[in-house]
Amino acid sequence: MSIEFESPKPITQTQFVLKTVAEEMMRPKSRYFDEHEHEIPWDYIEFMHSAMKAMGGNSLAPRENGNGNAKDSEKEKRPPIGYQLIAAQLEALSWGDVGMYHCLPGGGLGAAAVHAAGTPEQRAKFLSRFNGDKPTFAAMCITEAGAGSDNSAIRTRAVLDEKTNEWVLNGEKIFVTGGDKSFTEYEKLGRGFIVVWASIDPSAGRAGMRAFVVEGGTPGVKVTKLEKKMGIRVSDTAAISLVDARVPFENILGSPTVETNTAGFKKAMATFDATRPLVAATGVGVARAALEFLKEKLAENGVQIRYGLPRQKLTSIERDVIDMDIMLKSAWLMVIKATWMADNKKPNALEASMSKVKAGDVCTKITQKVVEILGPLGYSREFLAEKWFRDAKITDIYEGTGQINRLVVARQILGYSGSELR
Amino acid sequence: MYSFDPTEEQQMLIDAVKKFAVNDLRPAAHEAEESRELPKKLIHKGWELGLLQASIPESYGGFGGRSAVTGALALEEMAFGDLAGTLAVTTPSLFATPILLAGNEEQKKTYLPKIVEGGWSPYTAAMIEYAFDFDPNNLKTSATLQGGNYVLNGEKAFVPFAREAESILVYADLGGQSQAFIVGKEAAGLIVSEEREKLMSLNALPMYRVKLDNVKVPVANRLGGAAGHNFDILLASMRVANAAAAVGVANAAFEYSKNYAKEREAFGVKIAQKQAIAFMLAEMRTEIEAMRLLTWEAAWKLDHGREDASNEAYLASTGAADMAMMVTDRAVQILGGHGYIRDHPVEMWMRNGRGFATFTGLAIV
Repeated sequence: MSIEFESPKPITQTQFVLKTVAEEMMRPKSRYFDEHEHEIPWDYIEFMHSAMKAMGGNSLAPRENGNGNAKDSEKEKRPPIGYQLIAAQLEALSWGDVGMYHCLPGGGLGAAAVHAAGTPEQRAKFLSRFNGDKPTFAAMCITEAGAGSDNSAIRTRAVLDEKTNEWVLNGEKIFVTGGDKSFTEYEKLGRGFIVVWASIDPSAGRAGMRAFVVEGGTPGVKVTKLEKKMGIRVSDTAAISLVDARVPFENILGSPTVETNTAGFKKAMATFDATRPLVAATGVGVARAALEFLKEKLAENGVQIRYGLPRQKLTSIERDVIDMDIMLKSAWLMVIKATWMADNKKPNALEASMSKVKAGDVCTKITQKVVEILGPLGYSREFLAEKWFRDAKITDIYEGTGQINRLVVARQILGYSGSELR
Repeated sequence: MYSFDPTEEQQMLIDAVKKFAVNDLRPAAHEAEESRELPKKLIHKGWELGLLQASIPESYGGFGGRSAVTGALALEEMAFGDLAGTLAVTTPSLFATPILLAGNEEQKKTYLPKIVEGGWSPYTAAMIEYAFDFDPNNLKTSATLQGGNYVLNGEKAFVPFAREAESILVYADLGGQSQAFIVGKEAAGLIVSEEREKLMSLNALPMYRVKLDNVKVPVANRLGGAAGHNFDILLASMRVANAAAAVGVANAAFEYSKNYAKEREAFGVKIAQKQAIAFMLAEMRTEIEAMRLLTWEAAWKLDHGREDASNEAYLASTGAADMAMMVTDRAVQILGGHGYIRDHPVEMWMRNGRGFATFTGLAIV
C-alpha cells in the first residue's frame, strides 16, 4: 500500500450528482421546512426514493463486502470504499440541508443496528424492505429521559412471555430520530421499524442490554410527542412509549440469554465505530455550506482572501477564513481515514471518535464564526447562515457528545478501561 | 483512491529514523541545548540514514527519487527525537533539494554528486530575514542584474552552519519574484556574523546572520540558470517540511506528557484518570492527527503536481504551527511545575513549538 489522496471516481461522481440534488431539491426548501416544523417533505422523500432505486440500491447501508452499490463480482479486486462513499454522500447531502438528509428514505441507524448485530436471517428479513416500492424508514431508540450518554442506565424492560414466545416491552424512549416516519403508518410510506434498546435483566447491568426490532404499528407502542428543536427541524424527533408491546422472540438482536460478560453490549456499541465518522461527515457538510457561503458574500463585497501571506500581514477576516479552511479540510481527512479503516476492517474506535470530536468542534465553530463575520446578514433569516448555525450544533451532541467522544479517545490512547477513566 | 498506509520501503525508513531519533537524538538533546553544541558524530550518524541520498536519482549520485510524502514521514519521525538535531542533520537538503527540484542540468551535475557521495558536509540556505513581517514571497534582500552578474544586497538571518558552509543558497527578490542564487563561501561581500544567533530554542543548531554587500553572482549560479525557476514549489516543499517537523515535535510532547500523566499520582489516582487531564490529551492527539493528515495530503499533492499543492502546503504549515503551540503548551501544563523545569524536555518542546510560525526555510522535503 501507499499513502494516497486521490478521491476515487465513485466518490467524485456521487458528489457531482448529489450537488445537483442538494441545489435543486434541498436548498430551495430549506427555509420552508425550517419554518414549518413537523411537515413531512414528501416531494423530496419520493424523489430520493425513486432516484436511489434507479441507481440500484435503496439503502445507504454498506453491502456485506463494504462495496457500496458496486456489484460484488465485478469489483471484488478493488479496495472496498463502501463507508468512504457513504461519508461522501452524507457530506454532500448535508451541504444541501442536514435536516433533510435525515429524511432520506432507508434504514438509517435502525438498519445499521440490524446490520451490525443481526443474524443473516434477521438481515434478510428486516433489511429487504428498503428496496420496496414505497419509501421506508427505520430508527434507533436508545435514549430515555434518565439515560442519555450513559445508556447503561436504560430502564425500558423486555420480559419473555414463555407461553407465547414473545418479548413484552415496557418503557419510554425519547429523541428518536425519524421515529415518526419509521413507526407511524403513513399511506405514502412502506412499513418501517424501530430498534428499541431494553434490558432483559436489570441486575446484569450492561450485560443485560439488548436491542429489539419493533415493527411499525405494533400495538402498545405510541409516538407521544414530536420535539420542537433549535435546528434540523424537518427531521422528526419522536418520543415513543411502549406499554406491554409484544414482539416476536426472533426480533431480539444478539443472544436471548444473559452472558456473564458484556461482549454483546460491546458489539452493539461497536456500531458507533462505523456511524460516528458518518455523523462527522454530516457536520463537515454543514460547515462547508457555511464557509462557501461566507466566501461568496466576501467576494461579492470585494473582500479577497490573500492565501500565502504570513499571519502578521493578514486581516482578521483573512485569518479567520484561513483557519476555517484548515479546520474543514483536516476534519474531512479524519472522516476519510476513519471510514477507510472501517472499509479495510482495521479497528478504528480511536479514529472514529477523533473524527467526531473534530467535526463536532469544526462545524460549530465555523457556523458560529460565519454568522459573526456576516453580521446582520448572518443573523437574518433572509439567508441560511443562521439556520446552519442552529443545524450544526446537534453534530456535537448526537451519536456521542463531544465529551463522550473525548472520553473514548482518552481511554483508547491511555489504554484505560471504563472503570479506570470514568 | 484514499490510503493511509506507508509503503513497505517507507515503513522501513520510518523505523530506522525512529530508532535514531529515540536512541540517539533524544538522549543527546538536553545536553546539546544547554551546551549549545551538537556532537558532530550524531550529525554524521543521522546523515548515514540516507534521507537526502535516497531522494536523489542515481544519475546524480544518489540511490532513489524524491518524494515529499517520504520526506514528511521521515522528518516527523526525526523531529520526534529532537528538532535542533533534525535541522542539523538535514541542513544539506536546504541546498541540494532546491537544486534537484529547480536547478538546471549543469547545477545538478556540479553539486548533487559532490554533496550526496561524501559524508555530511555543510551546504546550507539563507531564507529568513530579520523583520517582523518577513514574507518569503516578498523578500527585502534584493538581486539586480548588472553587467552580466546578479548583484545581491541585504541581510539574512537564522542561516544554519553558515560559517562553515561551502556554498549558501541565498533567496532574494528579483523584480518582484523570489529567486535562489548559489553563493560560494569565497564570494566577495558575503559576510557571515561571528556571533551565533541566540534564539528562544534551537540552541544546539549553529545559526548565523549573513550580510550580502554587493555580492556578485554569475548568471549561471541563479537556480535554474538565466531563465530562473518556480519558487512556489520550493516554498511549498519548505512549508510541508515545517508542518511535518511541527507534527513530530507535538507528538513528542504528547507522548511524554501522556506517559507522565499515567505515572503521576494525585488525590489517590493517576492524574490521567482525571477528565481534566484526559480530555486535554484526547484533544492533543486529535489535533496531531488532523494536522498530520493535512501535511500528508499537501505532500502528496506536491508529489503529484497538483495545482493546489502550494495552497495546501500553506494551510498545513499554518495549521501545524498553531497545533504544535497548543499541544506543547498543554504538555507543559500537564507536567505542572515539573514541566517548567528544564530537567524535563517539555519546556524545550514548547519553546520549539512557538517557532514553527517562523521556521519556514529551515527544512525542506
